[in-house]
Amino acid sequence: MRFSALKVLTQGLTGNGGWRAHWRDPEPAEAYDIVIIGGGGHGLSTAYYLAKEHGLKRIAVLEKGYIGGGNIGRNTTIVRANYFLPGNSEFYSHSLKLWEGLEADLNYNVMHSQRGQIGLFHSDGQRDAAIRRANSILNQGDDAELLSVAQLRKMVPYLDYDQGRFPIYGGLLQRRAGTARHDAVAWGYARGADRLGVDLIQNCEVTGIDITQGAVRGVQTSRGAIRAKKVAMVVAGRSSQVAAMAGMRLPIESHVLQAFVTEGLKPCIDHVISFGMGHFYISQSDKGGLVFGGDLDMYASYAARGNLPMVEHVAEAGMTLMPMIGKARMLRSWGGIMDMTPDGSPIIDKTHIEGLYLNAGWCYGGFKAVPASGHCFAHLLATDRPHAAAARFRLDRFRSGRGLMDEEGTGAQHNLH
Amino acid sequence: MRIDCPLCGTRDRREFYYSGHATALARPAPDAGAEAWDDYLHNRENPAGITEDLWHHEFGCGAWLALRRDTVSHAVISARLVKGNQP
Repeated sequence: MRFSALKVLTQGLTGNGGWRAHWRDPEPAEAYDIVIIGGGGHGLSTAYYLAKEHGLKRIAVLEKGYIGGGNIGRNTTIVRANYFLPGNSEFYSHSLKLWEGLEADLNYNVMHSQRGQIGLFHSDGQRDAAIRRANSILNQGDDAELLSVAQLRKMVPYLDYDQGRFPIYGGLLQRRAGTARHDAVAWGYARGADRLGVDLIQNCEVTGIDITQGAVRGVQTSRGAIRAKKVAMVVAGRSSQVAAMAGMRLPIESHVLQAFVTEGLKPCIDHVISFGMGHFYISQSDKGGLVFGGDLDMYASYAARGNLPMVEHVAEAGMTLMPMIGKARMLRSWGGIMDMTPDGSPIIDKTHIEGLYLNAGWCYGGFKAVPASGHCFAHLLATDRPHAAAARFRLDRFRSGRGLMDEEGTGAQHNLH
Repeated sequence: MRIDCPLCGTRDRREFYYSGHATALARPAPDAGAEAWDDYLHNRENPAGITEDLWHHEFGCGAWLALRRDTVSHAVISARLVKGNQP
C-alpha cells in the first residue's frame, strides 16, 4: 500500500475502509541471518537500511514492548547538524541529509519541518565560540548563520533581551535544523522495513545471548530461542542490561532527562530555540503544545521520570528567557532514559565477541541520529567495516584515550555531560 | 527525592552533589595495569535496581555519603559516611 494524495482523497470519500495495517505481526522464525535487539528508532532504521541498501533478507527486529514505545516516543523531536568536533560533525551532517530525503524514501509523512534552530549567546567570548562553531559547520558543508541582536529581535521578538543575568548578544542559526514527528519516524521505518521482508517481532524480550567459543550463535527470548549469525544490540537506555547478557560491562551510565509539554496554543514559537546558559530549549509542536526540556537530573536513574528540582530549574530558565510562556499551563512531563557515555558521544562498533555488534551511548542526542545511526550500523553489520561517517564512534576510545569526542570540553568522565 | 544524611538527618536532594557510582572508592593500585584502570574509570555495571553511589552533602555538613538506592523507583534505602579519602 503506497500513500499518495489521490489515495487519501479517495479513501476519505469512501469511508476510509481501505487502509490496512502498516506492518505484519509475524511469529519468530527459528533462525535469521541478523537479529536486531531493540525495535526503537535506531533498530528499525538499521533493519530498513540492511534490507534496502545491502539487499539482505532474513532479518528480525526483536522488541520487548511495542514499536514506538521506547525513547523514540519520549524525546523532544529536534533534528539538527550543528556539532563541532570531527567524528560527530560528519555523522550528524550525514544524518541531516538522510532526514531531508526521508519522507520520499519511506513514502511516509514524518512531518519533518526545517524551521531552523537558534542557539543563543550572551557574551563576547560566547560569540567567538559561536563563530568558531559556525565555521566548523560551514567547513563540514552544512549551514550556519550568525545573527545579530537586531536580526534576532526581528525573528524572535518575545525573548527578554536585556535581562541582567544573561543579556542576549546574538544567536547561531541553522536554517536546515528543525523538528519531526517522532512516532511517525518509528512507524515509517517499521513499515519500510516490513515491506522489504524484515520480521518485526513485538512483545519479544531477549533474555539471553548465546555465545560459544567467542562467537554469537543466537538469542534466548520470551518467545523461544532464535538462532542468528549476527546479533545487533540497539537498545540505548537499556544497553548495560543487554550487554551484560553477553558478559560485557559498558562505559555507560543511565540517566533521566525530563521534558515537558504545555496545552495547545496558537502558533507563537516558529523555531527551535536553545538557551544553553539556562539549560533550556523549546519548540512548538504542530498540535500547538510548547515542547521544552533542560538538563539531566544528574543521577543514575531508570525511572523514566524525574524529580522536582529539575522541573523548577527548567521552568525558571524558560521564564528567564521568554516570560511570555508563563501563563501557558503544563500538560505533561516525562523522562527518557539516556545512555550516558564518559565523553558524551555515541558508540557504533563491533564487540570482542564475533558476530555481536553494539549501537549505544546516544546520550541526549539520539533522535536526530536515527537515520544515520541505522544507515551506518547497517553498513557495519553487512560489510564488517565501519561507515566513513561513523568510523570514530569506537568502543575502545575510552580505553585508548584516542579519538575521544568531548563536545562540551568538560573531560571524558562520567557525570560531566 | 530526600536523602538521610547520617549527620544532618533527612534533607532535600538539592543539598547534594552526585558523583557517580561507588566504584570510585575501589581505586586500583597505580601499577594495576591499563585494563584495570580503564574498567575503573569508564565501565559500569549500571544496574536497573539497587545501586550504591556517592553523594556530597555540599550545602550541608560537607560529608561524602555512599547511598544505597533504587534506580528504578528512586527510593533511598540507606546512607553511610565514606571513611578516609574522598573520591
